[in-house]
Amino acid sequence: MQKVSQQQLIDKAVSLLADGTVSCVLGWTKGEFDYDITPALFTDEASLRQGFVWNDFCGANFSKYLVAKTRKCEGKILVFLKPCDTYSFNQLLTEHRFDREKVYAVGIPCEGMADIDKVKAICGDGISSIDCNGEKMAVQTIYEDAPVQVDASSVLAERCINCKSKKHVAYDELMGDEGDVIDSARFDEVAKLEAMTPDERFTFWQNELSRCIRCNACRDACPACTCEVCVFNNPKSGVENKSPANSFEEKMFHIIRAFHVAGRCTDCGECSRVCPQNIPLHLLNRKFIKDMNECYGEYQAGAEVGSRAPLVNYTTDDLEPGEVFNGRDSDA
Amino acid sequence: MQRIGVFVCWCGSNIAGTVDVKAVAEALKAEPGVVFSTDYQYMCSQAGQDMIKESVREHKLTGIVICSCSPRMHEATFRKTAAAAGLNPYMVEIANIREQCSWVHKEMPIGTEKAIILGKAAVAKVNLNTPLTPGESPVTKRALVIGGGIAGIQTALDIADAGFPVDIVEKKPTIGGKMAQLDKTFPTLDCAACILTPKMVDVAQHEKIRIFSYSEVSEVKGFVGNFDVTIKKHARYVKEDVCTGCGACVEKCPMKKVPNEFNLGMDNRPAIYIPFAQAVPKVATIDPNACNMLKNGKCGLCARVCTAGAIDYKQQDEYIQEKYGAIVVATGFNPISMDKFDEFAYNQSKDVITSLEFERLTNAAGPTAGKLLRPSDGKHPHTIVFVQCVGSRCDSCAQKGKEYCSKICCMYTAKHAMLTRDKYPDTEVYVFYIDVRTPGKSFDEFYRRAVEEYDVHYIKGMVGKVTPQGDKLKVQASDLLSNKQLHIDADLVVLAAAIEPDKSARPLATMLTASMDTNDFFTEAHPKLRPVESPTAGVFLSGTCQGPKDIPETVSQAGAAASKVIGLLAKDKLKGNPCVAHSNEQMCNGCSSCERVCPYGAITYEDKEFRMPDRTTAIRRVAAVNPAVCQGCGACTVACPSGAMDLRGFMNEQIMAEVDAICK
Repeated sequence: MQKVSQQQLIDKAVSLLADGTVSCVLGWTKGEFDYDITPALFTDEASLRQGFVWNDFCGANFSKYLVAKTRKCEGKILVFLKPCDTYSFNQLLTEHRFDREKVYAVGIPCEGMADIDKVKAICGDGISSIDCNGEKMAVQTIYEDAPVQVDASSVLAERCINCKSKKHVAYDELMGDEGDVIDSARFDEVAKLEAMTPDERFTFWQNELSRCIRCNACRDACPACTCEVCVFNNPKSGVENKSPANSFEEKMFHIIRAFHVAGRCTDCGECSRVCPQNIPLHLLNRKFIKDMNECYGEYQAGAEVGSRAPLVNYTTDDLEPGEVFNGRDSDA
Repeated sequence: MQRIGVFVCWCGSNIAGTVDVKAVAEALKAEPGVVFSTDYQYMCSQAGQDMIKESVREHKLTGIVICSCSPRMHEATFRKTAAAAGLNPYMVEIANIREQCSWVHKEMPIGTEKAIILGKAAVAKVNLNTPLTPGESPVTKRALVIGGGIAGIQTALDIADAGFPVDIVEKKPTIGGKMAQLDKTFPTLDCAACILTPKMVDVAQHEKIRIFSYSEVSEVKGFVGNFDVTIKKHARYVKEDVCTGCGACVEKCPMKKVPNEFNLGMDNRPAIYIPFAQAVPKVATIDPNACNMLKNGKCGLCARVCTAGAIDYKQQDEYIQEKYGAIVVATGFNPISMDKFDEFAYNQSKDVITSLEFERLTNAAGPTAGKLLRPSDGKHPHTIVFVQCVGSRCDSCAQKGKEYCSKICCMYTAKHAMLTRDKYPDTEVYVFYIDVRTPGKSFDEFYRRAVEEYDVHYIKGMVGKVTPQGDKLKVQASDLLSNKQLHIDADLVVLAAAIEPDKSARPLATMLTASMDTNDFFTEAHPKLRPVESPTAGVFLSGTCQGPKDIPETVSQAGAAASKVIGLLAKDKLKGNPCVAHSNEQMCNGCSSCERVCPYGAITYEDKEFRMPDRTTAIRRVAAVNPAVCQGCGACTVACPSGAMDLRGFMNEQIMAEVDAICK
């Protein structure tokens, strides 16, 4: 159960719409299923009261939507930001991707989002409804008479188990209590990969990436992927709209993407959340973050607006390229 | 489709010795776009160039690949050839099959294979080349000379005489530099002051020259022809334009115990001082670390005695902005510190001195009024030991001193020895040396006079230890020629300390983006063919900032630097490099990554209106490159996350085509 209730958020949105602070609201709404929550734009009270949803399945990070929506909407947009979303929000501001003046950001606390696959592992398929309002999550399936009570902490998404921060780094208004930056174990998985031999690691990634269907969901959801013309949509790039015709191409897509967001990725985990094939894409980005932290000192993209990522910053203390290479070599 | 001609050069046997040039020409014939391929002994010769021009006409070529030496060598030559044949000069690509191929490989099959691959890459690139036109930028017709020693003075005078305004920035209160501290100059023994001070006066009186003394360069922006420089003028607490240099303040100043830097601390000066009688500008300067008025507001005597009213205790550092077309670095040298050379007891005995201190001791304007007296007791020394190569030609592992030869020490030591024997024939003079190096006009004759006419004892060998004992200095040394250990009771030991570039040179090089070697000497654009230019366009080198030099060499190099500057300033417009970055506005995200990595500040942002696919308009922030400021380094193209930045002449597409051609 989330600490701030759906009703509180709706009331907040309605009052901000009513006093003219904002002209539209970026929020979540129910999709086909209760766990299938999608982003939506609300412009009036009636649709908010009818459709606005806030529960353990509202994983979508709205920061990226601001790039397109601020260009279209007249007046300010109200956006609800979970702590991890605020990092993406700041990173996009650092890159001048939207006009801060056109956004009213409300920070909301987050108790972690649920991973529907973990719920299904407990309750099986055929889920007809999920009620997240009680102490436990009540999951009704078409096969059972009574809902199954699931402990929300047992079905947390990986990114929420390894949550890096409950602290909001950007907002105009904060609802509920402010949290802290967490000393998470998010690099442990990366360390396991690093401990593999190059051959093992190659096999691991080949196995994972072989499932890629090139649906582009990871790119489309990624808040760091906001290029006006994506390299994969650009006919001049030579890598445009390719299907994963062979194992080389499917790897190249993800490796190019990982390089493109290196130093800008806030580790929000949207790539892995939206992947229909359950590829742990966040591990690629985390490896980059870990390497950068080790080579150039701790850096969290989006922690503050205007910070200079180590890869596009030069200081006289920087490691020589050869030293970086040796460092990696000795790790492997 | 391009019509490409391939021209494979033999470079005599330089290339043809290790590369089968005919096979290279034959192999490249099959590459896409290639319509003509040939080889020739010397492509850069007139005949070779004529052949290229003829082939362009005959085969209607649109692009040229030259397989030859490094593009640094002859790219300009072949671009001119292409232009003469009616092609755009940027349709020429060079495959370096000499430095990167024939010179590094020994076996013909390997060399040939690599030459073919390099040629293929160049062909692949030319297929994507587009004609480029360089932009033009105006030239600010004013030069900046950093450093006011003999190098800076000569360069400034030569540039100013050609009619261009020159500013000299000197960090000391007076120009003159090290030469002003010298006594006599080798090999003619004329007095340094007698030949230097008229030049200093010329500088002061030249209507085209401004002197910023007691000043430093604090910021340099811009590029060749258009440098924006900020000069920091330190407060000297004396109004420069009012002070007459009468010296009344210097006489009356009660704080007289400040070590005199001009005499290397061998005597004292007041807190307000004029470094020496012929100083230019001849104005007083207050030392803020010594002046009681500035430190605690008590005194003010100098202001009271100054009839001109020049003293201004409230003066502040002043920042002056000026534009320049060319910058000459003439930052000079210093003797190295003797702290690491304990064996010579420099810090233990006042009677162990450096050669520059010896100059001051024999100078008529020095602390002893020119009488050679020991610093410790003021007595006349009867035995003097000169030690050469102190800190020069050191082993790199020794962790002290310099690996290079300081070049001037052999000659000035011969001069010191000779002058001492001439003035004080009762003095025994020993010179310990590793080698005596005297290449230079009348140099060896000079040294031989010291040995043969003046009976200076030249001993091949190094001094191992100097020990002060009573009023003597026990010198232990080895004579390598007679294989004997020597013990000399000396009255004075003179160390020929190595010279090193001034400490201000390193930060200055960073400001100028000029490169330096490991010893902090500025590197020249080419060690033989462009010795007075730095690799950074518009930055020139004069004097010892580039390497150890004596006065005649410094003056000739200063003149050479001046002639290069005059050549630059004489132009009204400079043709830029067309290989600059540009941003594709349709793709640019306005994220500022490029702006942050640009070392030249060439990238700015503007808000532009764009038509969106749904027929609305949106205002987006996009990058714009100033082509005059961009140096084409390409840092932005790799920082750009969306691939909107590209470098003309080195487009991502071209680089990828080259890589593909090599990996194929």
